[in-house]
Amino acid sequence: MTDRISNKKNITLSIIAIIVMLAAIYVLDIVIKPTSSWSNLMTCLEKGTIYALVAVSMNLLNGFTGLFSLGQAGFMLIGAYAYAIFAIAPEDRATVYQYYEGGGLIHFSLPHMLQDMMGGADAFGGTIGYYLGIILLMIFAGLITAVIAFLIGIPVLRLKSDYLAIATLGFAEIIRSFFQWEGLGPVTNGSNVLRKFASYDSSIFPVLVAGICVAFIVLLINSSYGRAFKSIRDDEIAAEAMGVNLFKHKELSFVISSFFAGVGGALLAMFQNNINAAPFTSNMTYEILLIVVIGGIGSITGSIIGAYLFVCCSEWWLRGLDAGEFLGIEADFMSPGFRKVVFAVVIMCIVLFYSRGIMGTNEFSWSGLFNFFKTLPKRIAAVPGKIKAKFSNKKHKKHTENVKEAQ
Amino acid sequence: MEFIAKWLPYILAGISVGGQFALIAIGYTMVYGILRLINFAHGDMFMIAGLVMVYMATVLPLWVSVILVLIITVVLGCTIERVAYRPLRSAPRMSIMISAIGVSYFLQNMALYITGGLTRTYPTIDWLQKNITIMGASTKMVTIITPVLTIVLVIALVFLIKRTKIGMAMRAVSRDFDTSALMGIDINRVIAVTFIIGSFLAAVGSILYFSNYTGIMPTSGSMPGLKAFVAAVFGGIGSIPGAVVGAFVIGICENIIKGLGLTTFSDAFTFVLLIVILMVKPTGLFGEKNIDKV
Repeated sequence: MTDRISNKKNITLSIIAIIVMLAAIYVLDIVIKPTSSWSNLMTCLEKGTIYALVAVSMNLLNGFTGLFSLGQAGFMLIGAYAYAIFAIAPEDRATVYQYYEGGGLIHFSLPHMLQDMMGGADAFGGTIGYYLGIILLMIFAGLITAVIAFLIGIPVLRLKSDYLAIATLGFAEIIRSFFQWEGLGPVTNGSNVLRKFASYDSSIFPVLVAGICVAFIVLLINSSYGRAFKSIRDDEIAAEAMGVNLFKHKELSFVISSFFAGVGGALLAMFQNNINAAPFTSNMTYEILLIVVIGGIGSITGSIIGAYLFVCCSEWWLRGLDAGEFLGIEADFMSPGFRKVVFAVVIMCIVLFYSRGIMGTNEFSWSGLFNFFKTLPKRIAAVPGKIKAKFSNKKHKKHTENVKEAQ
Repeated sequence: MEFIAKWLPYILAGISVGGQFALIAIGYTMVYGILRLINFAHGDMFMIAGLVMVYMATVLPLWVSVILVLIITVVLGCTIERVAYRPLRSAPRMSIMISAIGVSYFLQNMALYITGGLTRTYPTIDWLQKNITIMGASTKMVTIITPVLTIVLVIALVFLIKRTKIGMAMRAVSRDFDTSALMGIDINRVIAVTFIIGSFLAAVGSILYFSNYTGIMPTSGSMPGLKAFVAAVFGGIGSIPGAVVGAFVIGICENIIKGLGLTTFSDAFTFVLLIVILMVKPTGLFGEKNIDKV
């Protein structure tokens, strides 16, 4: 029944879709002014992209390797700080590190340094140098996060399910309190906000970076390593018996996931234009976990869709619930914070009644998409019949129960 | 003498906080012992109990609101179990844990909505906040009441578990879920009773804990909750005396660290302790040996 689309056609379709999407983002970025009501779209697009990357990295751990880790916020924090600390222009350091003598310990900024080296702020070479600096620094942020994750992983990955969850959650808290420690103030600015660091100008930048990262994770999952991860998820003992080195593969998955969480953290820092350790609490990890659950544990496509849905709902679509007017309904109880309550209820419903999430463990494919639309009229036509069948089934069940009782 | 004068306040504060953690930790350890579930929402329930007290005390006399807080928290605990955990009883463990996280997220957001994100002042219970002096160290009455009340409640609880029929059922269910169901034990009833006890103790703990602090926020519950869980693991999960000992150890150590001037690391210490105990003795101080079978 299912129409298979040839490999060649698949690739062409994908390339066309990617180019169209990037062009659309580029045009939107120029057309939409920051003051217009549509600027929400760009905010959601950027934040959603960043959350998508982090959610996919968490899915690699939770969904594909079966390690219930709750340390994602901590790793994002490391990435965000590792990026921000080395990207503040030397002339701004005195104002940012105002509570520390001489503007802190570090006195250079990689993006600004490369910008000057390659021709200054106005030249084309300077811009390239600036972005090169940002990209190098993001890779550095990811690597630092990965190294710390490697060290944390050595003791932690020997633990199983719930204990692993609590231990990673604990490490995330330790990381947070470490970054807020006044003793490290000259480097991390203590509990004060880090700001004025180099950031991107165009929305296309986070989309490109996150896209490349997600593509890498997809390739990894489809490789022999990915199959080993999945075998660990399905049955550890069987996987070990088949010669999969449990610890090595768990550590690998943990480190790679943390690398991308670190890159995601750096992107988040750039998106917010300031960074502070305080909001990176366990609640942030919970939000990312809930995105993964909404999308479907074990589906990359699902995590991405879930991230955009989550961000759009919380930042844009449900805003009306806070302002007192939603879909034309006005009520007094819709005061600030109400949107989050509604949102939490929706999430609970998904968790309880629809635990497979949007995608289950399925991934996006062109043939799947075409089939979805091709069979849509047929399935809609079949809905009344299905409902009827369900009702008669229930009646039938009740009837048999009655008969049993009578006997 | 000077040494005692310097450290006694910290140790007293530690014992007091430890007692409060112990009351929360029992809820964790009992639920974990029976359902094998970390009830992530337990800490938030503790916070909700505090908020209920704040709102009750503005309109009702204090003693009525204390009783109402206990009742409402117990009802809330049972509702959470009924709505969020019971439908998932046969689901994989990860789903139940995610459901618990969902409940925690919901409770925090609910509290955020009700309080409007502001810190609410906890009502003063004069009797608990009376100043007293022990060996030259001035402290509040609650510091002395907490450990005493904790010990009394724990003894009562241990009696309940060792001597009553429902206690026997609880022990049986925690040992083997399926077999005890086959033996005619009403599992749902046992779990409901567990949640009632856990919520009741959390409510008592919340009254004692928050009368030591002035303000209460939607996030005030998560940290004590996590620490209480660590205490439960430290003492050996499923063991009630273990949870109490663990909570006192954590409470005292944390306050000594604060006394040393390393306040930022007092939270971190708890988790370091968790990792150390899981490395060295994964079953905790009083935990039973558990062998994983294929």
